[in-house]
Amino acid sequence: MHEWALAEAVIATAKRAAHEQNLRRVTEITVKLGELQQIEREIFAFALEHILGQEDPLVRGAKVVFETERAQFRCRVCHFEWAFETENLSSEITEAIHFIPEIAHTYMRCPRCHSPDFEVIAGRGVWLAALKGEE
Amino acid sequence: MDPRIAIISERLKPIKKIIAVAAGKGGVGKSTVATGLALVLAEMGYRVGLLDLDFYGPSTHVILGLSEGIQPTEERGIVPPTVHGIEFMSIVYYTGKNPAPLRGSDLTNALIELLAITRWGELDFLIVDMPPGLGDTTLDAIRLLKNPSFLVVTTPSRIAYETVSKLIALLSELNIPILGIIENMRRPSDRARSAFDMRLGEELPFDEGLEDALGDPERFLQTEFARRLREVALTIIPRSRS
Repeated sequence: MHEWALAEAVIATAKRAAHEQNLRRVTEITVKLGELQQIEREIFAFALEHILGQEDPLVRGAKVVFETERAQFRCRVCHFEWAFETENLSSEITEAIHFIPEIAHTYMRCPRCHSPDFEVIAGRGVWLAALKGEE
Repeated sequence: MDPRIAIISERLKPIKKIIAVAAGKGGVGKSTVATGLALVLAEMGYRVGLLDLDFYGPSTHVILGLSEGIQPTEERGIVPPTVHGIEFMSIVYYTGKNPAPLRGSDLTNALIELLAITRWGELDFLIVDMPPGLGDTTLDAIRLLKNPSFLVVTTPSRIAYETVSKLIALLSELNIPILGIIENMRRPSDRARSAFDMRLGEELPFDEGLEDALGDPERFLQTEFARRLREVALTIIPRSRS
């Protein structure tokens, strides 16, 4: 249920951004979900809806749109690029990566040269991608 | 836009005072001082949390004697387990005994994630065990933690003084309060202190019995080190309120 913590973070950030953009009302919040963090989309959507329902009118009626992004890695040593696969990872490891995606560096290695020195070039975690509203 | 930054101040709201235990250098006993301080403050009846930010070499769990299998619980975030009266958070819950080979941007991301999802209880003090050096995590902690005060640890060695003085210079330049400068592992034969502000200078002895007490907080609290640390705590608590 740590999706709730991230849902609260998204709403707090949307409110802050709305103030900065002088929006009177937020109508749509686009959230990008990076595959590596393995967010439970249903729980996350439920949490966002629940929190939005209790928020002030600035964001209360906002629609949430999700975009998903595949996780992609690039090795800094041999430059090999690969996608995230959970098949060879235990549930304990995928859960640890779910809480802190950087833990991937503890358990994953470049499939070609076995280096832990790789970049997450796409799909790390939760990102507030866009905000629509009325001024 | 990164959604996590905006929620960090909310997560730190239940904490009255954050004390970062730092040295700018490894091997001077930061983690032992940080964990010991958390233990003696909890013993005094304060509500205390301990956050290990030394992602490369977390060790406060060793000093606390964290049992295997203890994990944070999930409750609208992650709730740190209470270990020997201390709310305890460390990356070790997720890395276990394995290394965490992280570059700077990864360290920053991991720290932001941890601060954004950890739900602390009402705390009088959050003690933060800082990593050695003046790198990403130290700068991030200064940026993200709520008005932290620093407790600086050195040893009597000139080598430690040389590096620790740079941390003190940085903190002074940034107007960050320094609660005390602890000279750790002091032996009777060590030269007299001289380099730092004596009003803030505290001493902790080199305690032969300390190594055997690591992992056993009851025994740890009976050491000469802990006895002196109580006195240091009583000195710095009033400073933390000013």
